[in-house]
Amino acid sequence: MKERRQKAPDIKRAYESWKRNKYSKALEACAPPKAFTTVSGRKIKELYTPADLPRFDFFRDLNFPGEYPFTRGIHPTMHRGRPWTMRQFSGFGTAEDTNKRYKYLLAHGQTGLSVAFHLPTLMGVDSDHPLAKGEVGKCGVAIDSLADMEVLFSGLPLDKITTSMTINAPAAVLWAMYIAVAEKQGVSPKVISGTIQNDILKEYIAQKTFVFPPRPSMKLIVDTFEYGAKEVPRWNTISISGYHIREAGATAVQELAFTLRDGIEYVIWGLERGLEIDEFAPRLSYFFNSHNDFFEEIAKFRAARTIWAEVMRDRFGARSPRSWWLRFHTQTSGVSLVAQQPYNNVVRVAIQALAAVLGGTQSLHTNSLDETFALPSEDAVTIALRTQQILAHESGVANTIDPLGGSYFVEALTKEMEREAKDYIKKIDHMGGMVRAIELGFPQKEIADSAYWYQKAVDAKEKIIVGVNAFEMEHEPIPLLEIDKAVARQQLVRLQSVKKNREQAAVKKTLANLKKAARDEQNLMPYLLKCVKTYASLGEIMDALKDIYGEYEEPVTF
Amino acid sequence: MPVKKIRVLIAKPGLDGHDRGAKVICRALRDAGMEVIYTGLRRTPDEIVSAAIQEDADLIGLSILSGAHPILFPRIIKLLKEKGAGDIPVIAGGIIPEKDVPRMKKVGIREIFLPGTSTQDIVGWIREHIEKGKKIAKTP
Repeated sequence: MKERRQKAPDIKRAYESWKRNKYSKALEACAPPKAFTTVSGRKIKELYTPADLPRFDFFRDLNFPGEYPFTRGIHPTMHRGRPWTMRQFSGFGTAEDTNKRYKYLLAHGQTGLSVAFHLPTLMGVDSDHPLAKGEVGKCGVAIDSLADMEVLFSGLPLDKITTSMTINAPAAVLWAMYIAVAEKQGVSPKVISGTIQNDILKEYIAQKTFVFPPRPSMKLIVDTFEYGAKEVPRWNTISISGYHIREAGATAVQELAFTLRDGIEYVIWGLERGLEIDEFAPRLSYFFNSHNDFFEEIAKFRAARTIWAEVMRDRFGARSPRSWWLRFHTQTSGVSLVAQQPYNNVVRVAIQALAAVLGGTQSLHTNSLDETFALPSEDAVTIALRTQQILAHESGVANTIDPLGGSYFVEALTKEMEREAKDYIKKIDHMGGMVRAIELGFPQKEIADSAYWYQKAVDAKEKIIVGVNAFEMEHEPIPLLEIDKAVARQQLVRLQSVKKNREQAAVKKTLANLKKAARDEQNLMPYLLKCVKTYASLGEIMDALKDIYGEYEEPVTF
Repeated sequence: MPVKKIRVLIAKPGLDGHDRGAKVICRALRDAGMEVIYTGLRRTPDEIVSAAIQEDADLIGLSILSGAHPILFPRIIKLLKEKGAGDIPVIAGGIIPEKDVPRMKKVGIREIFLPGTSTQDIVGWIREHIEKGKKIAKTP
C-alpha cells in the first residue's frame, strides 16, 4: 500500500537508478545480451512499475467487472456465476459419424456443440462436384442438403442445446437448414440459440473460403442480422473472428485490430441498412485465438473488451450496455502445435487455455494433441476436454475475477496493445473501411509480412520451438483418426437419392424465386428457408446466387 | 555470364485456403535467388500441370492441408507423365500424415517436407537436386 503514496516520477527515477546500478550490472555478469520479445516480436521490459502506468485511473481504465469499459469482464460474476462453455469444434465423415461424436462429447460433460463442415460445404459445392474429389468428409462433416442436417441433429433437442456453426460464405443457407430442422423437431425459431460464424471479411483477409465478391457477401450478412433480430432473437448472427487472422501469421495486435475493424465494418453496413444499433449489436459476438505468449494473450483479450465498449458507446452511440459487451469464444492456437514429440502439445494447449480463461472468455475450444496430422482421435479430443475441466475444477484460477488486473505488467501491456490497435483501426478508417482495405490488399500484406518474419526467426533460432529447432528427438508415430473411404461413397448415394426423391417442381420454383429476390435486393432469408425445405442442395442454392452475384477471384500475390 | 535462375512453381491443390505456408515458401525461395511462380488457391491437377509446362518450371512444390493428397497427388503425377512432363520433379508439404509419406513417394513425389521443416532445408534440397539445364535425375 505504501507505494500508492509515492509519486510516479519518484518511482521512475528510482527504477532507472535500479536498472542502471543493479539490474544491468548483474545481468552482464550472468548472461549474454538477448532480446526478450513475445511471439509477436513485442519487446518486453525487465520489470514493470507504477511508472509504466503514469495516468492510470482505476474507474476510467479498469473499473469493476460488468462496468464500462469492461476491461475486467463483461459480467459482474464472470466464471463464478457461470463457467465458460466448453465447446469442442468437431465434425468428420458423414452426418451419422458426427452425430455419434456429438452424443459422445455431450455424455462426457461438453456443454455446447460446434459444427465443423467439410471443405465442399464451406465452399458451397455439393459432394458430387469435381472440386470435392478427395475432400468428402475429410476436414469436417459432409452436409449437402437438409436431409444431412436432419441426421446430424437427430436425437439432439435443439431447444436445450446451443450450437455454433463454423460456416461463412454459405452461412445463411446452413442457418436456414438449422432453423428448418428445429421446426421439424417442433422447436420454434424464437427459442433456438447458437452462433453462425458468418464472418466473410476474415475469409478475404486470412482463411480464404470465400465464394461471392465482398459487397454482395456483406449484403447477405446484413440480411441475417435483420432477419435474426426479428425472427431468431436468441441467435448470434455473426462471430467476428480473429482466430484465422492469427493462424495466417498475424501478430497479436494485428489480430486484435483487424478483427475489431471487421466488427466496425459490420456495424456500419447494418446501420446503412437502417437497422437500430441496439437491436442488432447485442447479437454480435467475437472469436479469438489464444497463442503461446501467455501475458500478451491475456492483455489482448482485455484490450479487446475495452476498445469495443468505447467504439460502440462513443463512435456508434449505442445506448444499451449489452451493445457495448464484447462477448467472445476462444480457440487455442492450431499453428502453435507441432508434429515433433506431439504429446508436448497437451502442455501448450493447457497454457493457451489458461490465458483464455484469465482473459475472461465466454467459451473455449481446446485443440487436440494430434491436430498437426489429422482431425483429432477420440482419445486426443478427450484429453483436450479434460484440460478445460482441470482448469475449471482443480486449478482454482476461476475463483476470483480478473486475477491479473492491477499487475503493472499486464495493465501496461493492455494499454500498449490498445493504443497500437487503435492506430491500425484509424489507418483502415482512412483507407475507407475494411472492404476497401481488403480490395487494396492491406491486411493480407501485413499478415504475410508477419508470417515471414516469424518463420525467419524460427529458422534462425531466435524463436525456440521445443522439439522443432531445439531439444529434438525421435518419436514414435501416434494413432490417428482415419476417414473411411466408404464415407465419400455413402455421401454420394444419399445425395443422389435426395435429388431423385424430392418434388422437382418445388425445387425449381423456390430457386427461381431466390434468384429474383437476389436481383431485387430483398432480404434473402425467407427465400432460403423455402429453398432448403424443398431439399434443394447447398450447391444448387449457391449456384443460383453465383448467377446473380458472381464469384470472387483473389489477386495472386505473396 | 549470369546463371539462369531455378524456376519453381508453388501450387495449391485441394479446397483449403490455408496459404500461409505456401506464401512463406514462395518468399524464402525468392530470397534465395530463385524465380517463383505461385498458382493461387484451389487449383485442379489439370491447371497445375498446365501451369508447370507453360512456365517451364524446373520444379513443382505442392502445398495442401485438406487431406485430399492421396487422391490429388497421384493425379498430378499421372497428368505430368501423360503430357510428357514427367521429368519435372514434384515436392510437397502441408498436413500430410507421416504414414502417407512412403505411398506418396512411391507414386512419384520426390520429397515431402513435414511440419517444422526449416525453409533453409527446403532451399538446400532444391539447390542440391536441381541443376539448371540438367533436370533432376530420375528416381533411383
